[in-house]
Amino acid sequence: MDPFIRHTGVSAPLLRINIDTDAIIPSREMRLVSKKGLGEGLFASWRYVLPDSREPNPDFVLNKPEYANTTIILGGNNFGCGSSREHAVWALAEYGIRAIIAPGFGAIFYQNCVRNGILPVVLDNETVQSLAAEVEENPQVHQLTIDLEQQTVTSFSGAQAKFEIEAGHKEMLLKGLDSIGLTLTFEDDISRFEQADGAKRHWL
Amino acid sequence: MAKTLFEKIWDAHLVKALPDGTFLIYIDRIFLHERTGSIALQSLAEAGRKVRHPERVFCTMDHIVDTFPGRGDDTVMPSGKNFIQATRKEAKAAGITLFDIGDDRQGIAHVISPEMGIVQPGITLVCPDSHTCTQGAMGAAAWGIGSSEAEHAMATQTLRINKPKLMRVVFEGELGAGVTAKDMILHLIGQYGANGGAGYAIEFAGSAVENLSIEGRLTLCNMAVEFAAFTGLVAPDQKTYDYLEGRTYAPKGKDWDEALTYWQSLVTESDAAFDKEIVINASDIEPTVTWGTSPQHAAGISQSVPALESLASDDARTAAQRALDYQGLASGDALAGLKIDNAFIGSCTNARIEDLRSAASILKGRKVAAGIKAICVPGSQQVKAAAEREGLDKIFEAAGFEWRESGCSMCFFAGGEHFGAQERVLSTSNRNFESRQGPGTRTHLASPATVAASAINGVITDPRTFTEVN
Ligand code: SF4
Repeated sequence: MDPFIRHTGVSAPLLRINIDTDAIIPSREMRLVSKKGLGEGLFASWRYVLPDSREPNPDFVLNKPEYANTTIILGGNNFGCGSSREHAVWALAEYGIRAIIAPGFGAIFYQNCVRNGILPVVLDNETVQSLAAEVEENPQVHQLTIDLEQQTVTSFSGAQAKFEIEAGHKEMLLKGLDSIGLTLTFEDDISRFEQADGAKRHWL
Repeated sequence: MAKTLFEKIWDAHLVKALPDGTFLIYIDRIFLHERTGSIALQSLAEAGRKVRHPERVFCTMDHIVDTFPGRGDDTVMPSGKNFIQATRKEAKAAGITLFDIGDDRQGIAHVISPEMGIVQPGITLVCPDSHTCTQGAMGAAAWGIGSSEAEHAMATQTLRINKPKLMRVVFEGELGAGVTAKDMILHLIGQYGANGGAGYAIEFAGSAVENLSIEGRLTLCNMAVEFAAFTGLVAPDQKTYDYLEGRTYAPKGKDWDEALTYWQSLVTESDAAFDKEIVINASDIEPTVTWGTSPQHAAGISQSVPALESLASDDARTAAQRALDYQGLASGDALAGLKIDNAFIGSCTNARIEDLRSAASILKGRKVAAGIKAICVPGSQQVKAAAEREGLDKIFEAAGFEWRESGCSMCFFAGGEHFGAQERVLSTSNRNFESRQGPGTRTHLASPATVAASAINGVITDPRTFTEVN
């Protein structure tokens, strides 16, 4: 996974509250035996004119030319609530989203983001709104910069907000470790366990 | 300090207490199936990671595979064939053991794992399937996980988890005639709610549990997850050892003796503490049937659909009202006598040989009522073969049941075969959620004996009215 240290990018506001994982990736889009191939289905119900078409809905924020190459989403509260499907995060990652800034996240979705290299940033509603207002003036130019080491979000005009993140999550994202990678940093402990246990329960 | 069975297993698998408050727990065996295992194996390979101990990973085809006689890779489930073929390819590449279509060991994961001695007392076993708790009946810590966790377990042979709280559910006394493990667990959930076990590892104990066969204990533990528990388990005893001895993956010779000594230490000490204890008088339990769309909507077969005012909370009343609308029932409707359209005997809950024998003892020499669609899906090919050796298939077929190849079949609906909308199904499976067995289908859960008796009468029937029941 790509480490997340510092990232600057185009940010798209999707400020409605309770955007659930079925809105992020409708279940009908989960057809393949894969975590891949989901990017096209991202926000499919909003992004395309008809449910099963691929004709872009010009009114949807990610389809507007000024939001081309969006890598950051500014979301409403309880972003990613609903079904536990990890496909929602796989779809966001494949589309190119690196971070989501919102007043709050669905708990499993938050975990899934960290596990898949997407930084979930919690900032209060007012701050998210004011970042969105600045971005909207000129999205391609008014990009946001997120510095995970410093735990800051800085707008084009220089407004800065600090955010909190759990140390374990921060480390995983900074080092680009998925949870498997993180656990493998305990390889010595696992091997030692296996040796001792293998002597005890050798019949397994 | 005196320890419970679960704590002993936990401590024996603790690799490391992690700084974030979770625990790195060693996982002995991993079971996969084609619905989620395919994705887990594939994405592990794509990430360039290896299965750490392929000899500890087993995979079956149960969820998507067809259960029609003469089946191949084609299934009625949309794009099901892709999952089957991807699983076969990935399992081969990863070097894990696959019980494929056509293999006489194939069957539902939670049926074949005990059957082959893959799950054993004192081990940790995980599977990306919520009913993995079934296997706790062998005295193991076995629980369901997500697809990413399955990858984690395969790559590291560990999981990072929080320690569950501990509960003991004691069934004291003797079960009445015609009352089964399925009735015990439905009774428990009916009394304490579908959320009653949330956050707990539950040890089932008491004389009525000790008196259950291993298969009965598997049925009991199967629905621990419907009680929202982390898992359920039963302490191993002589029945467990007798069941295991000689099975393919059970230890042999000198290993057996050493394993046995270890297993015998796996009991809850008398002064060990639980965070919660529930005691149920086994003789209070009747054959039990669900009326609504949650397993907690359960009642004894002599009862009626309860009055909504009798329910504890507003939420419960709202849910029950919605359930009644969905099920086409009203408070006060008697359960016995409700007309059914379908009978389903199958699933990881109740499709083992004793379940089929119990149903067959009622079906023998009888026919299902006119218009009833009745299906029996053995839980594994070995169960199917054993049943055929005893001639049970002939009894089922003569009674008007379809006799299928093993698999999950119509226990759940994911786009494939299903029962009709508004049709009432009496089912030996474990979930009666809305549309679980087909869009709009009305599911009632019960034991194999109750399903067999009801299929004959065409209405929900107390199996004790058939004298052959033993
Ligand atoms: S039989 Fe039903 S409950 Fe059991 S594993 Fe299969 S689908 Fe799940």
